[in-house]
Amino acid sequence: MKTLSTTVLIIGGGATGTGLARDLSLRGIRCLLVEKRDINSGASGANHGLLHSGARYVASDSEAAIECREEGEILKRLAPQCIDDTGGLFVAVPGDSEQYIADFESMCARSAIPCSPISTVEARELEPSLSDRIIAAYSVEDAAVDPFMLSLDNLAHAVSLGSEFRCNARVTNLHISNGGIERVTLHDDTTGEDFQVEAELVVNAAGAWAGNIAAMAGARINLLYSSGSLLITQNRLTTRVINRLRKPADSDILVPGGTVSVLGTTSVTIDDPDKSRPTVEEADRIIDDARAMMPILETTRYIRAYAGVRPLVLAGDSSDARNVSRGFSLIDHERDNIGNFVTITGGKLTTYRLMAEKTADLVCAKLGINARCATREVPLPASTMGRWTEPGLTAKTWLGTRDVHDQILCECEMVSRSVIDNIIDTIGSEGPNRGDSMLTAIGLRSRVGKGPCQGGFCGLRVTSHLYDRGCVQSDQGVAELKNFIERRWRGFSPILWGLPAMQADLQEALYCGMMDMELCGQRPDADALGADSMQEISALGGRE
Amino acid sequence: MNRYDTIYDVMVIGAGFAGMAATLFAAERGLKVAQTGATGGIDFSTGFLDLMAVHPVAEGRYWDSPWDAIDAVIAEHPGHPYARLGKDRIRTAMNDFTSFLQSQKLEYMGHEDRNTPILTPAGTVKRTYRIPRTAWKGTEALRDKAPTLIVDFNGLKGFSGRQIVEMQHKEWPRLKAVRVDFPGSFGELYPEHMAWTLSSPDRCKELADSIAEHAKDVEYIGFPAVLGLNDPVRTVTLLEELTGKHVFEIPTLPPSITGPRLRATFDRGLAPKGVCTFSQKMVLEARRDEDGLFSFLIGVPGDARTVRAKNAILASGRFFGKGLRAERTGVVEPVFGIPVTQPEQRADWHHPHFFDKQGHAINMSGIEVNDSQQPLDAAGKVLHDNLYAAGAIQAHHDWMRMKCGAGIAIATAYRAVEVITEKNGE
Repeated sequence: MKTLSTTVLIIGGGATGTGLARDLSLRGIRCLLVEKRDINSGASGANHGLLHSGARYVASDSEAAIECREEGEILKRLAPQCIDDTGGLFVAVPGDSEQYIADFESMCARSAIPCSPISTVEARELEPSLSDRIIAAYSVEDAAVDPFMLSLDNLAHAVSLGSEFRCNARVTNLHISNGGIERVTLHDDTTGEDFQVEAELVVNAAGAWAGNIAAMAGARINLLYSSGSLLITQNRLTTRVINRLRKPADSDILVPGGTVSVLGTTSVTIDDPDKSRPTVEEADRIIDDARAMMPILETTRYIRAYAGVRPLVLAGDSSDARNVSRGFSLIDHERDNIGNFVTITGGKLTTYRLMAEKTADLVCAKLGINARCATREVPLPASTMGRWTEPGLTAKTWLGTRDVHDQILCECEMVSRSVIDNIIDTIGSEGPNRGDSMLTAIGLRSRVGKGPCQGGFCGLRVTSHLYDRGCVQSDQGVAELKNFIERRWRGFSPILWGLPAMQADLQEALYCGMMDMELCGQRPDADALGADSMQEISALGGRE
Repeated sequence: MNRYDTIYDVMVIGAGFAGMAATLFAAERGLKVAQTGATGGIDFSTGFLDLMAVHPVAEGRYWDSPWDAIDAVIAEHPGHPYARLGKDRIRTAMNDFTSFLQSQKLEYMGHEDRNTPILTPAGTVKRTYRIPRTAWKGTEALRDKAPTLIVDFNGLKGFSGRQIVEMQHKEWPRLKAVRVDFPGSFGELYPEHMAWTLSSPDRCKELADSIAEHAKDVEYIGFPAVLGLNDPVRTVTLLEELTGKHVFEIPTLPPSITGPRLRATFDRGLAPKGVCTFSQKMVLEARRDEDGLFSFLIGVPGDARTVRAKNAILASGRFFGKGLRAERTGVVEPVFGIPVTQPEQRADWHHPHFFDKQGHAINMSGIEVNDSQQPLDAAGKVLHDNLYAAGAIQAHHDWMRMKCGAGIAIATAYRAVEVITEKNGE
C-alpha cells in the first residue's frame, strides 16, 4: 500500500479544514488535507452564505456576537473577493416580541455591534419587497460570503505554500499505538485504491462527521446533528440580507447570493449526518413562516432546496464549558490518551478563520513549534479555482471572445463549451484528485445545473461533450448523468409546484419518456452519495 | 361569418398529440372544428409513436407485443385509459392517425403486433410501436448489428456519435462514429436550420462527399434527425443514392426537427379540412351557456375574444402542457375546474429518487372520465354532457414509464370524436 507522509494530516475539506491548511502553511507547516468527497461537500457548502454582523446573537450569546463582528471585519478586509458587502436589515412584523424590539439596540451596543434604527418607510424604500406591515427596522453590517470561493481560495493558497490535498479520499481507519495515531488508512473512491498516511499530528475537521472519525480512534464526541433546509429563489429579491427581528428561530433570514436569494432555515434533529435532505414539509414551513416579512415569498419561483447538517457539540462530553459557549469545540484528544489527535467541530462559517487559528495554535503547541498565526494580517489571494462559480462570468467570457465555434452547453447559466473544457483541463491536471464523477466535479466548479432546468438539458449536453472529449467511456457517462440528475432531484423535488413542476414534467419526459434512462443500468443511490451539499449558493460579484 | 362568430361543432383545447389527433379525427368526420393551444408536447417529440411497452413499471418489464402489454396493464390497472377503449378501437385510431401522416408525406413504419427497438440520442435503446420511415433503417442496423457509421457535426450540441458508439460497443462492435463540418455552415447549428439546408441536393452532395472516406466499410449511415423538413424521405433517399448505403435518422434533443415536422404536417394537412386553428392562443376561461353551448375566452389577458362551440374536447395535457396546474396545496384543472384525482399531500407526489422504477405517484394523477371520455365530477357524475377529455390529462397512467403516450393521446381522442359524431347523428 502506498504511504504518504506529512507533518499534519487534516481530515475534512470544509471551511475549517481548508482554513486550517492555509493557517498552518503560512506558519511553515506542511499539511495534507484529505476530503472524502469534494471541497465544501458538507455544511460549508450547504448554508446561507451569510457573513454575520453578530446582531443575530446579541441576545443569546454576546461572546459569539463579538466574534462574528471581529471575524466579519477581518474577512471583509482580507478576502474581499469572497464577499458581497450587502449590509443587512432586521425587521419585525406584528406579533413579534415588542420587548425584543425595544431591547435590540442596547443589546447590539453591549457587544459593540453597529446597528441603526431606521423608519419602516425608509426600510421599504431600501427593500421594496418588504411587507408593508413591518413595525420596526434596524440597519446592520451583515454581508454575503461565497463559501466555495472562500474554501477554494484558502486551499489554493495552502497549496501554493507547499501543502497538498486529496479529494474523494475516505478515511477507513486510524491506527493507534503507543498513545498516538501511528498511521491513517484511506480509500480513494476514484481509483478504488487504498493508501495510508503517516503524520506527526492528525486534525479531525470533518464537521458533522467528526464524531465518526473520532470513533475510529476510540474517542467519543457527543454530537447532535441538526439538519437545516434552505430554499433558493430564481431571482435576487433584495439587495441586503434580511433578518427577522426576533429571537433566532426558523425561516427568518433571506440572504442574497449573486443572482439569487437564499431563504431559511429549518432545524430538524437527525440521527445520521448522511441522511440530511430537504423535504416538502420543510419547504412549506419556510415559506409559510417567512412570508410575514416578505409577502413576495409566497408567489416567487423557487429553483431548488438544499440541506446541510450543523454539528452541535453536546456539553456533556466537553471538559471545557468555554468551548460550548464559543460555538465551536476544539478538543485535544490527549484526554482520550491519544497524544497527536485534535478535533475541531461546531462553530459557524463566519468564525471559520478563528476556529482555524485556535486549532493551529494548539497544533503548534503540541508539535513544539513556535509560529504565530498570520491570517489576521495576510490577505487571502484570489485563486482561479472557483472562478467559474461566479454568476454571469461565463456569459461575459463567452460574449467577450465571440468565438462562433464556442457553444453554450448550459443555457440557463450561459456556460459555454470552452468553459467546460477549461474546467476539464483543470481537473485533469489535478490527476486522481478529481471528484467521484466528472459531471459532478464540473457541477461543483461551475454554474452547470444551477439554473431553472436543474440539469435537465445541460446535463445531457455536457455528458455528450464528455463523451466527445473521451473523458468517459462505455456507459459510464450516462451512469454519471443519472447520478447527477438524482443529486439535483434531492433539492428539486421539494419545490415542485408552479413552473418547477412543469420543468420536472419535461425532464421526466426527456429522460424517461424519450430515452428510457430509468430502465438502463442501476438506479443511482442518491442516499449513498453523502449529504446534500452541491454548490448551491452562487459565487458573488466581489471580484468586479 | 368570421371565425370568431362561427359556432363550431367542436372546440379542441390543446395542440399536443391528443389535441392534434382530436382535431384530425373530428375534421375527417366532417365536423366544424376549432383548435387552440400553444406549443405542446409534439414539439419536443422524437417522432416515435409509443403504444405500450413497459409493465409493470416497477419491474421495468419490456413487452414485445404492445397488445399483450395493453391486456396486462388493463388487468392490473382497470382505471388505465386503455381499459375504456378496447384494442380494436386503439388499433383503428393508430392506423387512421398514421394514414393521415402518410398522406402528408410523413410515412410511418412498424410491425403490426410487436414493438421495435430503436436507438435514442443518449445511446440507449427504447422500444416503440411506430417509427418515421426516415428512422426505420436504424432499427434494421440495430437488429443486425450491421457495420454502421454514426455521423455527427461540429456545432450541433447534445448529439454525440461517440456517445452512442460507447453506449453500444459491447453489443455492437461494428458501430463507429465520425464528426464532420456541416456543409456550408460553421458555429452553432440548430436542427431546423440544418434541415432546411439539407433540402438542397447540392448540400446533400457535399455532405455525402465529406463522409465518403469514413463510410467505405459500412452498410448503414446514421445521422442526427436533420435530414429535411417537409419531405425528409426525399432527402434520405437522395443521401442513399449518393452514398450507396442505407441511411437513417436518430432523434436529437429538443429543439429538434422530429417534433416540428409532425406539427408542420398537421398544419399542412388540417387547413384543407376546414379546421380553424387559433394557434398560440390559450383558453383563459370557459363558460357553459344556458343553451348548452360553450363560450371560450381565448387569447392573452387584455387581448382575448370569445369563441363558441357545441362540444369541447379538453386535450390540454399535464403540467408541461398546462392542462394540470400544480399548486403548493394541490393539483387543479384550470379551465373547467374538474376535480383531479391525486395523492393526498404534496409530500406524496414524488418518489425520493428521480429514476426509481416505481415512478412518481403524481404521474398517475389526472381527471376521471367515463367510457365516453366525459370528465366526471367529485360525485362521479358527468360534468357536462358535451365536454370530453383526451390524452395525458386523464388519470391512472404513467405514459413516460409505460411508454404509452402517443397511444393514449390518439386513442382517447378517437373515442371522444366517435361519441360526438354518434350523438350528432341522433
